[in-house]
Amino acid sequence: MEIVMSNSMVETASQIERRVMPDKTLGQIVVDNPRVSARNVDVFYGDKHAIDDISLDIGASQVISFIGPSGCGKSTFLRCLNRMNDTIDKCRVEGEINIDGRNIYDPLIDVVSLRARVGMVFQKANPFPKSIFDNIAYGPTIHGLASSKVELEQIVETSLQRAGLWEEVKDRLDQPGTGLSGGQQQRLCIARTIAVSPEVILMDEPCSALDPIATAKVEELIHELREQYTIVIVTHSMQQAARVSDRTAYFHLGKLVEVGDTKQVFTNPKHELTQDYITGRFG
Amino acid sequence: MTDQSTKNLSPRQASERVALTIKARKRKESQFLFIGQSAVAVAIGFLILLFAGILSKGIPGFFQHYVTLEVQLDAAKLDPTGQMTIESLSQGDFDGAVRDSLYLALGNPEGRKAKRDARKLISSGSSQRLMTYVLNHPQQMGSTVAMKFAVDDDVDSFLRGFISRETSEADRRISDLQISYIDILDAQNRLSYEISDYLFFGSASRDAEMAGIFGALIGSLFTLLVCIILAFPLGVGTAVYLEEMAPKNRLTEIIEININNLAAVPSVVYGIMGLAIFISVFGMPRSIPLVGGIVLALMTLPTIIISSRAAIRAVPPSIRDAALGIGASKIQTIVHHVLPLAMPGILTGTIIGMAQALGETAPLLMIGMVAFIVDVPTGVTDPGTVLPVQIFMWADFAERMFVQKTSAAIIILLAFLVSMNGAAIFLRKKLERRW
Ligand SMILES: Nc1ncnc2c1ncn2[C@@H]1O[C@H](COP(=O)(O)OP(=O)(O)O)[C@@H](O)[C@H]1O
Ligand SMILES: [Mg+2]
Repeated sequence: MEIVMSNSMVETASQIERRVMPDKTLGQIVVDNPRVSARNVDVFYGDKHAIDDISLDIGASQVISFIGPSGCGKSTFLRCLNRMNDTIDKCRVEGEINIDGRNIYDPLIDVVSLRARVGMVFQKANPFPKSIFDNIAYGPTIHGLASSKVELEQIVETSLQRAGLWEEVKDRLDQPGTGLSGGQQQRLCIARTIAVSPEVILMDEPCSALDPIATAKVEELIHELREQYTIVIVTHSMQQAARVSDRTAYFHLGKLVEVGDTKQVFTNPKHELTQDYITGRFG
Repeated sequence: MTDQSTKNLSPRQASERVALTIKARKRKESQFLFIGQSAVAVAIGFLILLFAGILSKGIPGFFQHYVTLEVQLDAAKLDPTGQMTIESLSQGDFDGAVRDSLYLALGNPEGRKAKRDARKLISSGSSQRLMTYVLNHPQQMGSTVAMKFAVDDDVDSFLRGFISRETSEADRRISDLQISYIDILDAQNRLSYEISDYLFFGSASRDAEMAGIFGALIGSLFTLLVCIILAFPLGVGTAVYLEEMAPKNRLTEIIEININNLAAVPSVVYGIMGLAIFISVFGMPRSIPLVGGIVLALMTLPTIIISSRAAIRAVPPSIRDAALGIGASKIQTIVHHVLPLAMPGILTGTIIGMAQALGETAPLLMIGMVAFIVDVPTGVTDPGTVLPVQIFMWADFAERMFVQKTSAAIIILLAFLVSMNGAAIFLRKKLERRW
């Protein structure tokens, strides 16, 4: 795949060589204790090759952020991890993605239980037009996680507490979730995801529609959740990636260009494309 | 590069030219406004004319004239076997009881012609009315009760002033003797002009004063019942399948185009199909609400499918993502989230489809629901007719009273249609959720 280069930049011969797409991802794609392990993943939307041979491990209690210019395939790759791409007719996924050692694209795998283990938070907060309580209780109910009403109430309360929303909503659990502020709605969606006790939480630009204060709250929340969950977050904000994640993966035109410890990626990127992106030369 | 100063107008020149065009633009705008407003005015005018016409013709149809008579309920005559059952009462001489009370009120007319003229003053359904009364009030047996009987439709027309005394006797449907009898009854304050109970509780009848919509209304209800039981689940199921499950390919595209085309098929075609398939091939009886309902279901199906699909499509995809994202299955997502959110729209479409079905005549004529049926249907397999077909049949009769009752029935039908559409609007406005 070719990349388009801005011709206004002056570069040395060695730099030009480095600015072409790498055949191999730079940095450490393997980790010691992987929860998710993707190998040679290709994704096609019809004829469009959206993800090109990406391999990546994601460690068990670790926050990894996906960064890269719009349309580079971050969401697409993220949605492969809980098979949300199945809902798109013309989308085809090749390769292997193992979660806890099992290939989730194995025909024997049940998507429903997979999605209970790999929760997802979307770019735009999407609470159900139901009460706050029902929003949280829906997941546990359909998966049969609570054996009694008391237990269900318990799950709702702890989920809201972990999402840092309990104090704000405990007196109005019966009111519609859609009546909350944008930031509260997004935390409600996180609480809804937590309620089914997933192992992995996927977040696709969860703060892109939030103001800085709400964003700070969600980031704080991610900090607290990192102990228990594997978190994958797509973000457009370099600062956010730097603040919340342990590792950072840089995507470019469907390829995974570079992955490494967040600190290293931001201070000492191995690839010119990464450097250009994090220094804001394109995006 | 071009020299900008020679190409561009100075601000002053520009504003002068703009001023020129503004005038023309304003004129166009006001012309457009005028055309639009006059179109609305014409439409409203026609609507007012329509309603004024129907109401002025139809309101009198809700009323008719009654005569009050004291009837002696003689057990020996009315209930020969003394069991007070329908069987024993149908042996009784109710005709005689009504007749005697009428003769008494008129001062016992003598002679066959006088008696016949007197009898023809009141509705031939009077004995039936008396029998029903006795059946419901057995304790009154033996006493004398004052009862209201409908007057014959010609007498009614006379009382409304449609038949003039000045016309020569040979030219009017009512004799001089009858007019004198009417005067006697009037002098005794026996005549009254009241809401017609026959209109609401009577069935098809060749006698205008006894004709009512009850049988047709029940027929309509049974037909709509069959229609909704078939069309709603089928229509919603099809819509859900096409929107949420079917792959988007050539086949589903063809199906979609065909459904849209079916909505434009003239309704009489569905009637022919009902006749050819359900009656000729499957041998189902003619004139029954079951077949009528099936035919109307096929007719309303496209309406329900199209509006349900629109309603389902209007549910934001983010809701589906949310449900799928926490592990709801496809069916759970549809049943728990998509359908409840789409329901106001689906119900609106269904009600509008049902309103269409309620007002439909042509396909039902094809399957024989136009038969003259006196009995009120008690089930979907009893022969019956429906409201619009009843109106269609009444419109064929020349009697003045039928003309009025036709208009009254049209008002009733319109009232049903308006309230159904009102319900649809209510659902759309009130139940629609915001997200
Ligand atoms: N549903 C879809 N159908 C077709 N192409 C898609 C679809 N979703 C994404 N794409 C394409 O795949 C590429 C990657 O998109 P995406 O994963 O959304 O990028 P990102 O999230 O990094 O902005 C883009 O070129 C986009 O146009
Ligand atoms: Mg995206």
